[in-house]
Amino acid sequence: MKRKLLEYLEWGSLLMSTTAVCFFLVVILWDLASKGAGSLSWDFVSRFPENGMTSGGILPAIIGTVMLTVITAITAAPFGICCAIYLHEYAPDTPVTRLIRASIRNLAGVPSVIFGLFGLACFVQALHLGTSLLSAGLTLGLLSLPYIIVTSEEALHRVPVSIREGAWALGATHFEMVRDIVVPSALPGIITGIILAVSRAAGETAPILFTGAAYYINNPSFSLDQEFMALPYHLYMLSTQHQSVDLVRPLAYSTALVLIIVVLLLNLTAFYIRYKSSKDHATA
Amino acid sequence: MQQPKLSARGISLWFGEKQVLKDIDIGFQDRQITALIGPSGCGKSTLLRCFNRMHDRTPGVRLSGHCYLDQEDIYAKSVFVAAIRRRIGMVFQKANPFAKSIYENINYGLKINGVQENQRHELIVQSLKESFLWDEVQHELHKPAAQLSGGQQQRLCIARAVALRPEVILMDEPCSALDPLSTAKIEELIKNLKADYTIVIVTHNMQQAQRIADNTVFMYMGRIIEADTTPNIFNNATNELTSSYVHGKFG
Ligand SMILES: Nc1ncnc2c1ncn2[C@@H]1O[C@H](COP(=O)(O)OP(=O)(O)OP(=O)(O)O)[C@@H](O)[C@H]1O
Ligand SMILES: [Mg+2]
Repeated sequence: MKRKLLEYLEWGSLLMSTTAVCFFLVVILWDLASKGAGSLSWDFVSRFPENGMTSGGILPAIIGTVMLTVITAITAAPFGICCAIYLHEYAPDTPVTRLIRASIRNLAGVPSVIFGLFGLACFVQALHLGTSLLSAGLTLGLLSLPYIIVTSEEALHRVPVSIREGAWALGATHFEMVRDIVVPSALPGIITGIILAVSRAAGETAPILFTGAAYYINNPSFSLDQEFMALPYHLYMLSTQHQSVDLVRPLAYSTALVLIIVVLLLNLTAFYIRYKSSKDHATA
Repeated sequence: MQQPKLSARGISLWFGEKQVLKDIDIGFQDRQITALIGPSGCGKSTLLRCFNRMHDRTPGVRLSGHCYLDQEDIYAKSVFVAAIRRRIGMVFQKANPFAKSIYENINYGLKINGVQENQRHELIVQSLKESFLWDEVQHELHKPAAQLSGGQQQRLCIARAVALRPEVILMDEPCSALDPLSTAKIEELIKNLKADYTIVIVTHNMQQAQRIADNTVFMYMGRIIEADTTPNIFNNATNELTSSYVHGKFG
């Protein structure tokens, strides 16, 4: 009787926490959608801002965020994957390796504004890249790197020892085994990790604040050495820095909605890849 | 007796502090099937894996002694491990096909070992036939190997090993996860392979050992207790441990 009661209690508390989490998620999305949908239109996502941001669209910010995301992925992914492969497949299990691994995990927990400061000091000033799309992209790349390494290493770890041994037993060298068997099997997991890391970076404001994002650019050129507009920064400016905050509030909500949709699309892609690969790899 | 095809001379092996193999001396004759039997944990798999250097990358393993393939020391410094493994194939307890198609599973080994592209197809078909898998898969060679049944997967793994035309095939309980019908097929297959290969097979199944093996080696706690022809081991064992094990008194 008592155990049954305990079971109900346990079940009830789990259910309540889940409901609470879902409830807030729904409230946030509902709030965004209801306040932002009004001014969300094709014009809004396809036109440039007009009249000091009080009308027009946010196209340059969307393009800026997309380009930024691409630069982040291009710079972080190769290094992240190579680093994970080295750590997991080649590095001997020594105290040094363990220290490196622990540092990478800690790096993933460093607040993003610190990465912003580092980007300012390193890319903008020391390397003379100036406040630019490239500086910001590199900064976000650094921010994503630890996540990519950690998730890639986990993906490599999920490749069973038995199929590695299968490759060795056929006369594959260690390098051939890693290249032909392990990496292809781990690839869906690695790509999922990259997309999630990059989509998180796409929503960051602090790291691009000092490294290249601008509030408004007349005739943006979208070149690597120029400042750029980005959705999260645009949202921040519209909701706190604009001279008539109340007037542009609906635009801020619509911007938020667009940002959420961009991130959601990236996440959905990641889930689709994972779903597809889990179906392909299902063993009989 | 002629020179053994594959042999271990004074092999001892430690996992960390624990000694798992103790001064193993054994030879396997060419074109014969040898069964390795013994209670669980006595070191059968560990010994088998010494012959294709599968312990090389396991941390904490220490090995002393020598293994020879013909006259060549498998553990000599000058030996290229991958080349040895090509000559000594292995089939594992649990089928481990790659996440590739049936065709690619066999093609992969041929490719990395430098077999000419125009010879591969022939070898793939032939090895599938030798593994009694051809009739079942000939129309779906490009389907993922993971979609095969467990027994078919194991036969694919045998085909994969056979396609490389190795000299020795090591098998670690290849039938332990299979139903009687698949087991019978694989036993038939092993008996056919004997014409061309030296086969060492670990098994827990006494009937299986008697059905297929020419020679049987009984291991106990990291040592070889007795090695003889299969009829002798099962009917006239000289060591008491051996006879009580093969008659199911322990293990
Ligand atoms: N990687 C490892 N690290 C540490 N100890 C190990 C390792 N692999 C095997 N052992 C130990 O070595 C001993 C022999 O193991 P082995 O797998 O060779 O036994 P086996 O005779 O094949 O048994 P089974 O019939 O159950 O397969 C066991 O006591 C096992 O615990
Ligand atoms: Mg075993």
